[in-house]
Amino acid sequence: MGKVKSVNDSPLVPLPTNAFVPERDLLKTPILETRHLGIDFGGLKAVEDFNLIIGRTEIAGLIGPNGAGKTTIFNLLTKVYQPTRGTILFDGYDTHEMDTVALNKAGVARTFQNIRLFNNLTVEDNVKLGLHNDIKYGMVPGILRLPSYWKEEKRSHEKAMELLSIFNMEGMASWQAGSLPYGAQRRLEIIRALATDPKLLLLDEPAAGMNPSETAELMENIVAIRDRFQIAVLLIEHDMNLVMSICEGIAVLNFGKLIAKGTPEQIQANPVVIEAYLGKKHGEEA
Amino acid sequence: MLKWFKNAKKENRTDYLTYLGVVLAFIIIAILNNAGLLPRSRAGQLVPICCYIVMAVSLNLTVGILGELSLGHAGFMSVGAFSGVIASQALAASIPSAPLRLLIAMVVGALFAAVAGFIIGMPVLRLHGDYLAIVTLAFGEIIKEIINCLIVGSDANGLHVIFNVKGLKTAEDLNLLEGGKIIIKGAQGAAGTETISSFTAGFILVMITLIIVLNLVRSRSGRAIMALRDNRIAAESVGINVTEYKMMGFVTSATLAGAAGALYGLNYSNLLATKFDFNTSILVLVFVVLGGLGNIWGSIIAATVLTILPEALRGFDSYRMLVYAIVLILVMLGTNNEKLKIFFAGLAKKAKKAKKGGA
Repeated sequence: MGKVKSVNDSPLVPLPTNAFVPERDLLKTPILETRHLGIDFGGLKAVEDFNLIIGRTEIAGLIGPNGAGKTTIFNLLTKVYQPTRGTILFDGYDTHEMDTVALNKAGVARTFQNIRLFNNLTVEDNVKLGLHNDIKYGMVPGILRLPSYWKEEKRSHEKAMELLSIFNMEGMASWQAGSLPYGAQRRLEIIRALATDPKLLLLDEPAAGMNPSETAELMENIVAIRDRFQIAVLLIEHDMNLVMSICEGIAVLNFGKLIAKGTPEQIQANPVVIEAYLGKKHGEEA
Repeated sequence: MLKWFKNAKKENRTDYLTYLGVVLAFIIIAILNNAGLLPRSRAGQLVPICCYIVMAVSLNLTVGILGELSLGHAGFMSVGAFSGVIASQALAASIPSAPLRLLIAMVVGALFAAVAGFIIGMPVLRLHGDYLAIVTLAFGEIIKEIINCLIVGSDANGLHVIFNVKGLKTAEDLNLLEGGKIIIKGAQGAAGTETISSFTAGFILVMITLIIVLNLVRSRSGRAIMALRDNRIAAESVGINVTEYKMMGFVTSATLAGAAGALYGLNYSNLLATKFDFNTSILVLVFVVLGGLGNIWGSIIAATVLTILPEALRGFDSYRMLVYAIVLILVMLGTNNEKLKIFFAGLAKKAKKAKKGGA
């Protein structure tokens, strides 16, 4: 990671007063801070002036109507897209010169809305790929099967099994990832992301396609993961029950702009949010 | 021994069986060959078969495991063949031992092909799919033309190389001392090469190739290469460096093809650059596709059968290539036939049941 650089290439504007961070994280550097983040696709401003602060152990939610730009923000945070404007500070460092791989090494891991597993590999190998940068042996020891190969493979096998046990998936270790049921694929993606030892976990619609009991279990697991690994979680989700129950801070996005951030109670009572989701009351139109 | 085998992981077990199969096949064929039981035409094909097995297995690394279509694999074979021939011929006086010289030639061939692979890989690996295929195709043709321009000879002063771009120079221009010999004569290719390749060397190269490819696939690096094939964006998201591992797969594949080329080049006293043209690349690709993408066993069998087949079909005389094509089509249809697949899967199940019942 590089040295801290001057981060403000845009005019200084005070952070939004409604920037919410849980009390226990207040005195520490936020894990993520975006300042005036924006991206254009041609003439379309897909995300504009996006300011967000996430505490070190916060479970945060990012919600908004379809097409609001939520996944675009994930792609910006992981540098799949390069931001047109603004700054992303990760753990206090400017991420300006980092690419997806460097950001992952620094501690950002994610899952995808349309699941992206290594379908032809086994469940265990998928997790081991998450452990890729943790496994310490190179190409030649691997081909010659030197002692370091056996030692590291054994260690990574044990670590993979331990991670799989979070979701009780040890029994599926030798299955082909592509042949897993849908819910298990989502869970495997979370485990693979966790295997990279992140400080910030980005979950893109983790409960999509899950039934209510699976969703309930997932909610417990997300909280358990945060408690166990002491990491921050930012999740995109349409299941309001999930968002309102486990998220401490919620950011609401509409047409690429952040319209509110606050606790679930504040968000539920916010008239702008209600308007974005339900439209204006009949009498207020025109 | 058996216990150790049972305790090994499933994929390791298939690897050990592959090694065992290849060793057994070598022993049987070597015994037959020494007893003079192989027909002359078959015995002459033993080294080329080994070369094509290595070519097919190494191309499978690029196409089946890395997941990029390469149409220039014969180009790397060509680089290996001619650099190997030059090394062997130039060292003929100083190293009289043929096996040692063959080893050096194969290492030189592999190194030159690796360098070629790295240089080609830098621009090529930024591309995907069709574009990558087209550029590798062009590379194969470029190598062919470059070697067509080479005039190489050696004498007491060392190696003399002329790059004959305009086609005006001849071997005379090398100005060799007395006792010097011409190794490559431009478009006429390598001539008068001392043939030092042997079936044993071919077998050893096949084994080394298998160990490298199979162990690579089961290691951290191989997993990363396969992850790129399955999903590049996800691979990046877990911190896997795309360029590094693509290059690793591509260069390893080129290196092995170079070693195979050296072995091939030293099996014939005359060798033309046009031998390693687009047709040869496609031929090797056919081995890989027919044997199954990512299936190493399949590549070995396909390379063996399809190298023997055209010779075995000599009885058909002028209809030989027609019959060859028909056999290829039938095999392709057969291996992709759902009913046949179900039939074979059923057989395998029955065999398993019978085994369980018996035990």
